[in-house]
Amino acid sequence: MATKKLGFVIRTMPYKIEGSRLAMTHAISSQTVEIYLEDGDLVEPVVCFIGDGVLNCLKNQQAAKHYDVTSLEQHIKNSLLLDLNVLICKEDIDRLGIKEDALIMDAEDIGGETKAKIVPYSEIQKAMESVDHLLFC
Amino acid sequence: MGKLTIGCFSSLVGSLSLDFAVKLSEAAIQKGHKVDLWVSGNAVMVSKKGQKAFKDYSFVAKKIQELVTAGNLQVTACEACAEARGYHKEDTMEGVKRFSMDWYLASSFSADRLLHIGGD
Repeated sequence: MATKKLGFVIRTMPYKIEGSRLAMTHAISSQTVEIYLEDGDLVEPVVCFIGDGVLNCLKNQQAAKHYDVTSLEQHIKNSLLLDLNVLICKEDIDRLGIKEDALIMDAEDIGGETKAKIVPYSEIQKAMESVDHLLFC
Repeated sequence: MGKLTIGCFSSLVGSLSLDFAVKLSEAAIQKGHKVDLWVSGNAVMVSKKGQKAFKDYSFVAKKIQELVTAGNLQVTACEACAEARGYHKEDTMEGVKRFSMDWYLASSFSADRLLHIGGD
């Protein structure tokens, strides 16, 4: 029995390229990875938003209206619903003038209990150091 | 001998990241390592059969086919990403597999090293 930690570090803006969406969908797929693993083995993702990637965390995204696709907002909420650890870099939201109330911090509206965390980059660095593999997206 | 898992989201032809991933795979295999190459997003197109070589564009399909045929490289494409691009199962290069994204995470579980090339 073992757990491998994967760190998804999202640096790309939403909708411009597919990187952040793929990072989220890959992280969420950790929920079904057991079908390929031995009993008791797990993959545990942590999702970190840094740089321009913090823009993925803005509330009230209108992806369905403008692009007719699911929003990154929904993917983040699904991640929180699945109790994934979601970290948002404080320095980067400050740099962009984004306040906490503009960010997706929970998934209470769909029954989630886990909350996203705004943390200094030093905490994200610690998270990156704690994982087995890092995936920059 | 170790196991290297490489994941790539980058475009075929539009980016040279896939060329790098294939060359790195070949180098690792030559050193006796096993390589899993996961392609997702635009990168799935590298595993589509029927690619043609042009002098203006990079062409890694032949090298992939050689490495896959030799049995040292496992290339797996994201099924949803492929289908979204009109690339169906019957279009898949011989020896290449198609799975959902959790396959990549499972490969990373047993990998000694993971190299992920995100973005485009």
